[in-house]
Amino acid sequence: MIHSLLVLLACQLAGEAAARLLGLAVPGPVIGMLLMLGLLAALPGFAARVRPTAEGILANLSLLFVPAGVGVVGHISTLGTQAVALLVALVVSTVLAIAAAAAAFVLVARLAGVGDD
Amino acid sequence: MTDLTAFWSYLSEGPLLWLALTLLAYAAGDACFRASGRKPYVNTVLVAVVILAVILWATGTAYGTYFEGAQFVHFLLGPATVSLALPLFDNLGQLRRAALPVAAALLAGSATAAASAVAIAWALGVRGEALASVAPKSATAPVAIGIAERIGGAPTLTAVLVILTGITGAVVATPLLNALRIRDWRARGLSVGVASHGIGTARAFQINPTAGAFAGLGMALNAVATAFIAPLVVALFR
Repeated sequence: MIHSLLVLLACQLAGEAAARLLGLAVPGPVIGMLLMLGLLAALPGFAARVRPTAEGILANLSLLFVPAGVGVVGHISTLGTQAVALLVALVVSTVLAIAAAAAAFVLVARLAGVGDD
Repeated sequence: MTDLTAFWSYLSEGPLLWLALTLLAYAAGDACFRASGRKPYVNTVLVAVVILAVILWATGTAYGTYFEGAQFVHFLLGPATVSLALPLFDNLGQLRRAALPVAAALLAGSATAAASAVAIAWALGVRGEALASVAPKSATAPVAIGIAERIGGAPTLTAVLVILTGITGAVVATPLLNALRIRDWRARGLSVGVASHGIGTARAFQINPTAGAFAGLGMALNAVATAFIAPLVVALFR
């Protein structure tokens, strides 16, 4: 577990360093994820070693958003007088975005002949 | 009574109590979710956040004090993002075959999220800084905040909108996609990840591993896409 945690942290660290040094808009952990994907593809047997730790963290992914969510409650007032307008925009646009993305996926998958299996 | 007060001030100043309460509130949220028969609107994150907000309010605790304990949980967001490489790797074959539909869904979802949010807010009278803060709200928090700063939005407002978008996506995705009769787990996962980042991805993992992997991919891709799309959308409404 220590080794796989170390690998996860090392990828994140390398990602943060790359984001800072190259001035990228993409956050460090996302670059770290791509590095990790490269390692998984390059090293046979690596996936089996990091799997318990990575899956343990991912199984509780929702928990990790709780502290930020609590912070947001205190800032709800920053929505100000436009709160209702902003909330309507947010809910409707999220519904539209999910529908548009899912429909585009299904449509193009059908056209390209890459069906579900 | 003085002993109790002294004990409370000792506990409430340290990280232990707030870390324990964060896990407890999450466990309670999860219990509510299960007891409801896994109804999507009984969202685990939402329930836990409400419980903790009430506790902080009732005890007059500052968020900074709470975060002393909660930061240990918050910190794991980074390693968790790196961990998303594993389900991506497991689905690499599927992903390669689905490159075209993934690209189409990313473009459609990312553009719809930014453009419709800004258009609706504009139509309802939102202008200026607040309007620019809405555009990147479907991207994962650190990206959205960075974009908001660049296009003249307010980072704190964007952070609030990002979290609320995530919870909205996690709550509406299942009933919405059922109503649209979309059964492809790849499409369901990817669309939720694109529209509602990590919170939507966490929800997708609760339902199906393929959906979770594609949601993680959607979140990562939209972090990049939003950096290009959000400034364009905001420029249109200036």
